[in-house]
Amino acid sequence: MKADPKGVLTGEHYLDGDFACAEGALAAGCRFFAGYPITPSTEVAERFSERIPEVGGIFIQMEDEMASMNAILGASWGGVKTMTSTSGPGFSLMMENIGLGAMMEVPCVVVNVQRGGPSTGLPTMVGQADMMQARWGSHGDYEIIALSPNSPQECFYVAIEAFNLAEKYRVPVFIMMDECVGHMTEKVIIPPAEEIELYPRRLTNSPPAEYLPYMPEDDLVPSMIIAGQGYKIHTTGLTHDERGYPVMTAEAQEKLVHRLINKIRLNADHIIHIEEEDTEGAEVVVVSYGISSRVALAAIDEARAAGIRVGRLRLITVWPFPEKRIRELAPKVKAFVVPEINYGQMVLEVERCAAGQAKTILVSHGGGDVHNPQDILEAIKESIK
Amino acid sequence: MITKEHPMTPLLRMDRIPHIWCPTCGIGTAVSCFAAALKQNEIPLEKVAIVSGIGCTGRVAGYMKVDSFHTTHGRAIPFATGLKLARPEMKIVVFSGDGDLFAIGGNHFIHAARRNMDLTVICVNNFIYGMTGGQLAPTTPLSAKSTTSPYGNYEHPFNLPHLAASCGATYVARWTALHIRRLTNSMSEALNKKGFSFIEVIAPCSTVYARRNRLGSGLDLMKFYHDNCEIKNGANPEEADIGFQSKIIVGKFVDKEKPSFIDNMHVGLKRALGDKYIPYGGDDGAK
Repeated sequence: MKADPKGVLTGEHYLDGDFACAEGALAAGCRFFAGYPITPSTEVAERFSERIPEVGGIFIQMEDEMASMNAILGASWGGVKTMTSTSGPGFSLMMENIGLGAMMEVPCVVVNVQRGGPSTGLPTMVGQADMMQARWGSHGDYEIIALSPNSPQECFYVAIEAFNLAEKYRVPVFIMMDECVGHMTEKVIIPPAEEIELYPRRLTNSPPAEYLPYMPEDDLVPSMIIAGQGYKIHTTGLTHDERGYPVMTAEAQEKLVHRLINKIRLNADHIIHIEEEDTEGAEVVVVSYGISSRVALAAIDEARAAGIRVGRLRLITVWPFPEKRIRELAPKVKAFVVPEINYGQMVLEVERCAAGQAKTILVSHGGGDVHNPQDILEAIKESIK
Repeated sequence: MITKEHPMTPLLRMDRIPHIWCPTCGIGTAVSCFAAALKQNEIPLEKVAIVSGIGCTGRVAGYMKVDSFHTTHGRAIPFATGLKLARPEMKIVVFSGDGDLFAIGGNHFIHAARRNMDLTVICVNNFIYGMTGGQLAPTTPLSAKSTTSPYGNYEHPFNLPHLAASCGATYVARWTALHIRRLTNSMSEALNKKGFSFIEVIAPCSTVYARRNRLGSGLDLMKFYHDNCEIKNGANPEEADIGFQSKIIVGKFVDKEKPSFIDNMHVGLKRALGDKYIPYGGDDGAK
């Protein structure tokens, strides 16, 4: 189905990443936003509060991030596409109910514009150190989807992709931006509504008497209902059966949690979206995401000028991690170089998938600034020695 | 053989009975009164949702045959807020316990009351954390014992009606599990009230509260309510503090009119945006 033109600001704009992300969400049909102010994501909420009354949606500023996360879960059960946005400290507070979203299988989108941490850290300055938190932040076992745009234009498109994935797999989807991408202003072209393809909510065709809220379809995702339509469902954060009723047994746990994990793992090929350049025949591949992928370009150009065969692999989907592609490349390259604004997060995944077949070199940065491309260049040169 | 259906059967998930509550627990009574209030008002059940948090009362959502959401500890109110805004035609009822709503969830309660969010909140107050085995709650009376106040509680408890009223709730009542007719009527009034309505239901927990405090059985507690409750409709909720085995003031304390969150949102946006304001219509953002 196509986007409703009401939410699509077709045309050429000059927007920062936060605004572009909000516009992408509106184009994707997001009609409910609950949030709490936090730098550097506040502009996403501000944009929503200004725009959403003109497109038939609701904005509410909640009392904290736990409330924001719960409000979007409740609203999603009401049949509306929902989003919240935050940064590190708020992301930590949301974790409790991101787990509830994973357990109740609620489509929704959470934006994290990353700043330097831990704790209050560097509120106005860049970081990329919540990448593992995105994967593992809520307690218990579950799988999640996370995307990482590297420009305002891509923030727009990634927001649409995030909503489509959330609806298709009934899972909270994260947009893992960073302060640089969130606050950089560039040209953003918003296409006409008829060029924007949306994935509709997976509403059941069964009558209420036959409907089981957690009976999976072939792709392991159950179909959903909208509250108030007479299905009288029960849903809980407790381990539950196909009826949604609590069942406190190891068997019920295995059946449910394994499905929650497999609906993402077994569909990973359909979910993963990466960008590659010159990876075939490369001796070293730079794996990066977000702002670091743009900073790395200068280093890659210089290394190529010096005669090194450098490939580039950019993670647009960060979770699930593009495991298969790294495994394919590992025996063919000498090294992976991973610049990220943390002390080693996504590099651990690259290293795991390389499984000793290629060197994996982290170019770390503590946050507050982007890398000096020279540091990445040095790592590339070092990696082929 | 008796085949006649229990009159509340259509309102309950009979496939989940027996429930998990202890004998003489007051939560079941609160649920019965709520079911009776729904019936009395002939509210279409598909237009009602119950949202609960965690704990003994948190299990209410699992037994009522309406759209029902058993959320995380303390978070029923913000979940219900999202659901209400997305489905404004529904009656959204938060049914949870004193620990859930007023300790871990206290911030959400005061803000929902402040906003006059269109919700009915029913709090079963048994003065204790029941599900985890009897720990100190923000409502435990001074000097009462719990597993985490073994020498007697030395924290001042909340006076819930006073808290609700001072945060802006437009309907506030307190009854006990003994006052089933009055409680049912209050629930009925709350369901028909615009904005934020709050009902506290004082209920016996014989298993952990009464036993540790040597107050006898659930029946003894009901007898205590009978002998020590004073009905004072319209009383100043500030004077409705509860001490350990003290007199309990019950009644309807607040019933006033004030624009609700949803009313104010429409009025404010319409005033600012005029014809550019498109009220939320529950669509899915697609053509």
